[in-house]
Amino acid sequence: MGNGILVVCEHENGVPKKTAYELLSKARELVSGTGGSVSALLIGSGNTEGLGEYGASTVYSVEGSDFTTGATGAWVSAIEAAVQAASPSVVLGSASARTREAFPRLAVRLNAGMASDCTELSVDGGEVVCRRPMYAGKASAAVRISSDVALITARPNSFPGATASGGAASATPLTVSLGSGDLAAKVVAVEAPKSETVDLTEANRIVSGGRPVDSAENFDQLIRPLAVAMGATVGASRAAVDAGYAPHDEQVGQTGKVVNPNLYIACAISGAIQHLAGMRTSRVIVAINKNPEAPIFQHATYGIVGDIFEVVPALTAEAKKQGISI
Amino acid sequence: MKVGVCIKRVPGSDSRIQIGDPASGPVLNDVSWEVNPYDSFAIEAALQLQEAGIASDVVVFTVCGAEGDAKIRDALAMGKKGKSGASKAVRLDDPAFAGSDALGIARILAAAVKKEGVDVVLAGKQAIDGDSSQVPAMMAEVLGWASACEVTDLEVAPGSVKAWRQAGGGKREVVELPTPCVITADKGLNTPRYPTLPGIMMAKRKPIEVLDAAALGLDVGTVGQSASKVALSNWSPPPARPPGRILEGEVPEVVAELITLLRDEAKVL
Repeated sequence: MGNGILVVCEHENGVPKKTAYELLSKARELVSGTGGSVSALLIGSGNTEGLGEYGASTVYSVEGSDFTTGATGAWVSAIEAAVQAASPSVVLGSASARTREAFPRLAVRLNAGMASDCTELSVDGGEVVCRRPMYAGKASAAVRISSDVALITARPNSFPGATASGGAASATPLTVSLGSGDLAAKVVAVEAPKSETVDLTEANRIVSGGRPVDSAENFDQLIRPLAVAMGATVGASRAAVDAGYAPHDEQVGQTGKVVNPNLYIACAISGAIQHLAGMRTSRVIVAINKNPEAPIFQHATYGIVGDIFEVVPALTAEAKKQGISI
Repeated sequence: MKVGVCIKRVPGSDSRIQIGDPASGPVLNDVSWEVNPYDSFAIEAALQLQEAGIASDVVVFTVCGAEGDAKIRDALAMGKKGKSGASKAVRLDDPAFAGSDALGIARILAAAVKKEGVDVVLAGKQAIDGDSSQVPAMMAEVLGWASACEVTDLEVAPGSVKAWRQAGGGKREVVELPTPCVITADKGLNTPRYPTLPGIMMAKRKPIEVLDAAALGLDVGTVGQSASKVALSNWSPPPARPPGRILEGEVPEVVAELITLLRDEAKVL
């Protein structure tokens, strides 16, 4: 039986992501109930400085070109090596494209139970208990994992406000030997994003448009400028995406992205159950809709009953005037 | 090349999910079932491979009781007469499978895929009921195969696959992998077709093979409730949101009020 929590820290060009600090901070809180210590793992070239301040007592790093290309198998073997070194009772990562492939594969190797995309983590009887939404947030349940090591991923923005504790970590480079299948799937190229915005699932603020936006041109002239003015990432309803007003990767909802921002501004989105499923955990929801009966108003923190073609440009101008900090 | 498609029957995305007993999870008596929408992208991809002459056969796999047959027929009904369409379905059904966690389901599907001699497995990136997004990647690891998940573009040639996958932040990674392999489909991969009437008629005559643990050569100690390491409890509906506030007045005033509220009251700016 293991002890403590290993946090798999994702990074962007060597700089740990915000989620890494949030998870370390959360892990530090959890180990006060579970016992054991917090360790961190950085795969590929990573800046291990600072991770200790957020709660890691040991930072494992795995370097080398095989680990920087995004090959999932290399990731799985790197985490497996860190699990052997740290013997944790929990491996915690952020729910991301990378972990959604790597953690299930790791679960097979470790014969471990896994809980994905959790939004709450607590300790009961010395063990970590997760809560995770299912049915796209229409229901949630507590999850207990009985294997020696539990694999858990957390939805980004679930644990905001990472705080530094002022600790220091010892750095431990790991040598990982890769299995023959680990590099079978090769990343041969990376296509740059069309725009330099934060990933929807990790975004703090989102401005979303619905079907009544009525064209891709209006989407570009109405929704995107508001998002820029608010320092937000752009989202869209399924109807808007299916009509071709916005690309698939901007869809929020049950068959799109499930998002968890601090601020969600829904422009001409009626609030179909399939859309609510993707954004209902947003901390503050603003609804702008000309139909006062639209279901979205039942979920909104603030509502404006009005035509988006009048309200949205005015809001964009006001946001620019007041200078929103990003 | 033989292509396998893994599907799951799920409550439709417009279903209301009612929680009865918090210990036992949602009550699903009244929901309308459909093939998991992400699995529909996987089926469509398989049919396109068949129509391009790359896939010689398509087989549908699912872990389900006989109540799933109607949705299996929906999957079998997709295709073009004489050109494409799954030849059969394999339904994996055994009392010993009940209570399996994702790893158990992955072992069952892996055993079936191996038995059928499949070269490429396609599946949805996640099922919209449990939303775990675990089974396909686990299946790949159980089989010792390569995988590419959340794929929005796909090129398949004999022996090799090229897949474009979401990598976060709008980036896409181009992944090359050998067959046999597992690919999971994201929205954007294609637009699934609707079944045609001849397709629906044809589907009625297609075989649904039912295989149990013995037929798969599966050790029942590795699947089902006894092997599950994941226990769900304390189910609840989403927390109610506090009542909101409608801002009233002329447009210039309400937008100014909104910015003020977001900054000073909600503190999100």
